[in-house]
Amino acid sequence: MTKSTVLMAAVCLLFSISLTSLQSLTTAKNGGQADTLHYPKSFGFGRTATLKEIALLDTDVRPDGKGLPAGSGKVSEGKLVYAAKCSGCHGATGVEGPNDQLVTIKNPTDPKVKARNKTIGNYWPYATTVYDYIKRAMPFNQPGSLTDQEVYSLTAFLLHENGLIKADDIINAKTLPKVVMPVRDFFVPDDRRDGPEIR
Amino acid sequence: MPDQKGNKPLITEKKISRRTLLGGAATAAVVLAQTASGKNFQAALTKSELHLIEEREDPTKVPGVPPGTLGTRSPFEKPVKAPSDISSRTPLQDLFGTITPSDLHFERNHNGVPAIDPAKYELVIHGMVNRPMVFTLADLKRFPSVSRIAFLECSGNYRGAADGKVTPQQICGLTSQSEWTGVKLSTLFREVGVSPKSTWFLAEGGDAAVMTRSVPIEKGWEDAIICYAQNGEAIRPEQGYPVRLFLPGWEGNINVKWLRRIELSDQPFQTRQETSKYTEAIGGGKIRQFSFTIDARSIITYPSYPQKVEKGWIEIRGIAWSGRGKVVRVEVSTDAGKTWKPAELQDPVMDKAHTAFRYLWNWNGQPTEILSRTVDETGYVQPFLKDLLAARGGNMGYHYNPVTAWYIQNDGQVLFKAT
Repeated sequence: MTKSTVLMAAVCLLFSISLTSLQSLTTAKNGGQADTLHYPKSFGFGRTATLKEIALLDTDVRPDGKGLPAGSGKVSEGKLVYAAKCSGCHGATGVEGPNDQLVTIKNPTDPKVKARNKTIGNYWPYATTVYDYIKRAMPFNQPGSLTDQEVYSLTAFLLHENGLIKADDIINAKTLPKVVMPVRDFFVPDDRRDGPEIR
Repeated sequence: MPDQKGNKPLITEKKISRRTLLGGAATAAVVLAQTASGKNFQAALTKSELHLIEEREDPTKVPGVPPGTLGTRSPFEKPVKAPSDISSRTPLQDLFGTITPSDLHFERNHNGVPAIDPAKYELVIHGMVNRPMVFTLADLKRFPSVSRIAFLECSGNYRGAADGKVTPQQICGLTSQSEWTGVKLSTLFREVGVSPKSTWFLAEGGDAAVMTRSVPIEKGWEDAIICYAQNGEAIRPEQGYPVRLFLPGWEGNINVKWLRRIELSDQPFQTRQETSKYTEAIGGGKIRQFSFTIDARSIITYPSYPQKVEKGWIEIRGIAWSGRGKVVRVEVSTDAGKTWKPAELQDPVMDKAHTAFRYLWNWNGQPTEILSRTVDETGYVQPFLKDLLAARGGNMGYHYNPVTAWYIQNDGQVLFKAT
């Protein structure tokens, strides 16, 4: 072992000791990131993602409309798609089930139908979520099988059935984020805090 | 006695005919027998037949089973999850200690368990990053790893029953604990160069629900783990094989399984699960959103329904946990909540982890109620159901963590009681 390597080892030892004490000081504060301080800037594992492969996966839609594709949909077309592909689970008018109720009943007369069930009209704070969710996960037995136009049309139909748009409104990337969802202002961020208060 | 597939039972002697096994003489015992294919069945035996089998089955008189490639659970032990269409619950009352055997970990899926080929698996990280990247499973395993033992609980994990006939599994079997291993998400954040302007990220699963949740960026930097292992082996398919997100102390749904994509953003995405599903009415016309943290909770798992106990010494046992940090105290009452005594906590007590507790009690045979409540390191005390209802405008919903009482009748029968 040469003089310089011994020296280097000693320096490393010193460095690791100081790093360790630094870690124990900072771990509590930043939730355990301290042991990554000596990580290299890059490990070099993984590769750059291509725009094409990102585009294939990136179908999410934000409330501001980012992510909505080209095209549009009509209530009348959505009614046909709904009858063919959705009514089996959600009922003829989006009320009957057996699965989630989608449409709010304004004047419930049928005692079998719960007026207070959560629906798109009374519990969904953003219209964009309707498009995003149908596109990614519906129909349940054939998820991801609908075209953009079918999803736009279904979104239009369901918003109309809930009394949120007019029968001749067109739903597209510009109009969908502007649909006002009446329940939006009821949503509040988590107000629970650490400590004894029960909330 | 061959079974339907013609397999011969291992333990039956030639002397015991099918006829004598199935009928004739009075039954002395019901024993568990196993066919050569490993299927268990019960056989009713007469006294003399039982003696014959006991002689044959004396494990000191016959060579045992040679070493194998996979361990097995004893055929006498049959803990099972309780499945519904959308979830399956851990049998808390059948477990000891705090690690949930991986095959008994609870499940909650939104369109089934996908089959993902690990050789084709990729995690894409993109959005507000310097360099959008793709990581294979092998890439993820090359990064520095981290392990931690922590609970995972679904935020919709409270059931009761007016007649008291519910087990811990039915009351709150949507909580389990594992040792999770993977790479810190912060390590991957550094690798892709997350923009300092990024405030949220979307986590997306590769299942048929293509599950999405928005996560505040702070949690990603703090303690999020991109997990590929659970209890020493690859994550089970039901738990997200080959890779899941794990956010210690946060509600189950946001720990996205079968993770395929992370997108950095400067706002939440308002996905279906975080708007119309995992939110709760709290009174005053308010709906609470982004309520991630699991509040402190405990449950006595022994004694519990449907057990019947005898007068005398009983070690009350259970688990306690908090999504806010460590459990510092568990209090037990054996007089329906009039007085509370500290339970013993089993070391090690870990951050955001199921903690075992026990309390030795001499039951005098009089009807009473036994209860447990957790106090966590932030000073939070697990509330009664009525207190939670009062705080939330009478609404039931997600994040219900009430004290659970067990009513013990004078005949020793244990029944659930709401608090």
